[in-house]
Amino acid sequence: MKITREEVEHVARLARLDLTPEEAERMTGQLDTILNYVAKLDEVDTTGVGETTHSQRVTNAFREDEVRPSLAREKALANAPADNGEAFVVPKIIS
Amino acid sequence: MEFETVIGLEIHAQMKTRSKIFCGCSTEFGAPPNTHTCPVCLGMPGVLPVLNRKVVEFAIKLALATESTINLENRFARKNYFYPDLPKGYQISQYELPIAEHGRIGIEVDGEQKYIGITRIHMEEDAGKLVHDDVEPVSYVDLNRTGTPLLEIVSEPDIRSPAEAAAYLRKLHAIVRYLDICDGNMQEGSFRCDANISLRPRGQEEFGIRTELKNMNSFRNVQLALEYEERRQRDILLDGGQVVQQTMLWNPDKGRTEPMRGKEEAHDYRYFPDPDLVPVEVDEAWIEAVRRDLPELPDIRRQRFMTELGLPEYDATILTASRELADFFEAALAGFANAKKLSNFIGTELLREYGPERITECPVAPAQLARLLAMADEGTISGKIAKTVFVEMLASGTDPDVIVKEKGLVQMSDEGELVALVREIIEANPAQAQQYRDGKTKVIGFFVGQLMKKTRGQANPQLANRLFQQELS
Repeated sequence: MKITREEVEHVARLARLDLTPEEAERMTGQLDTILNYVAKLDEVDTTGVGETTHSQRVTNAFREDEVRPSLAREKALANAPADNGEAFVVPKIIS
Repeated sequence: MEFETVIGLEIHAQMKTRSKIFCGCSTEFGAPPNTHTCPVCLGMPGVLPVLNRKVVEFAIKLALATESTINLENRFARKNYFYPDLPKGYQISQYELPIAEHGRIGIEVDGEQKYIGITRIHMEEDAGKLVHDDVEPVSYVDLNRTGTPLLEIVSEPDIRSPAEAAAYLRKLHAIVRYLDICDGNMQEGSFRCDANISLRPRGQEEFGIRTELKNMNSFRNVQLALEYEERRQRDILLDGGQVVQQTMLWNPDKGRTEPMRGKEEAHDYRYFPDPDLVPVEVDEAWIEAVRRDLPELPDIRRQRFMTELGLPEYDATILTASRELADFFEAALAGFANAKKLSNFIGTELLREYGPERITECPVAPAQLARLLAMADEGTISGKIAKTVFVEMLASGTDPDVIVKEKGLVQMSDEGELVALVREIIEANPAQAQQYRDGKTKVIGFFVGQLMKKTRGQANPQLANRLFQQELS
């Protein structure tokens, strides 16, 4: 097994997903299949190959420190489930 | 049992760039809520962040100023967590390969010098601001600050007392201000400090259980919170208890630390390299170009004030506490070359009203202060009057010449004019006059005081002394 039921439940909690026990069971099986498939890559010999995070060797994509126009506020708030005309309104969360 | 305190600080300094770290939105403070946002900093799907070159330059500056090693290749990572002030669900930060590591800052506490190590300096984006409703169970989210560039500076656990922590914080604050990369405003949150603190029995190598302190938005609060937490942990340990590893908030009104409300989840940030941002490559040419542009840093300037201007260490330390104060001092020095006299006056009269951080608000220009001290030096006004005039200058920003002229404060140095008054005072106080003649020469102070009263402080004190001696003998 590449992944345990506990790990699936942990990841679901981190992603704020409510899984029923049946869903958790099903996901565990499916994710295990996916991980096993990806694990094929482990068979490739990567001795002497450096760690790569990007497929192309590009570095230093910069922009200059210049201010550009921002969105109008009503546009910024347009997709929000709730707003008060000035701010996004969310359930109170104190941490 | 004797305990040793171990403190490490995490400092977030907002960079003084015009635009945000990954988009062109303005970083201006105090704009109406949600007017400085765009699809990139709102975390809309399909957008690409592009790094602001200035942020890298500022990070190199700080790295050089703190003797840190610059990672010639460094990269960004995603730190994943959910909170409403973070619209993407992750913060773009640096993890395995920060821009700089292994630095140090020299501090001095009670005449003892030591270095505090810097573990790492990394670039990241700031989160938004939440305002909680007092009545309704809702919070209001303002994303103007989201994406403002930050440098996070993590110290080694080298700090051994709250006083050392405060000294380290002040030194780092002075450095970012000298470098002009952060405005250092702690009230507005552009320079924030979190602390880790633990106690261990003296001699033990292993660290004790630590707590993390937050919500300390001034130098004073940082020191007070650490002092409180140090006592609290010591009491627990002396009672045979165990410190609970948790985050504590400093409550400045009650003067104590309190556990952060709400359930604390174990953090699981699942950092991974951000695929949207390519690695940053810094070459020696860039580093050298930044190095050439570095301003004179506080320690070096302090040293120069001592060697070149002959100022005592105490004076030099105070005058270099902020770049603005040191600039003010040097500008005034251009018009009044007696460094020690100038330093004394600034140390007592000026800093009482405007601290090192607030000196730019002072309505008195350096040239005006120089002129005032020159007038006192030439004897146009007495030293005492100079202080009075200065109070007037602070209130109105008026030139000292104008104030002295308008209020008729020019020092009386005319012997004929003063001698008449001196005789009058001696006649009016025969008992004291007799005392003087009997050898109690200290009583001369009383006579000079009477004359000062009569002349509203304008009599030349040296001349007054001489005249009384002459007339009493």
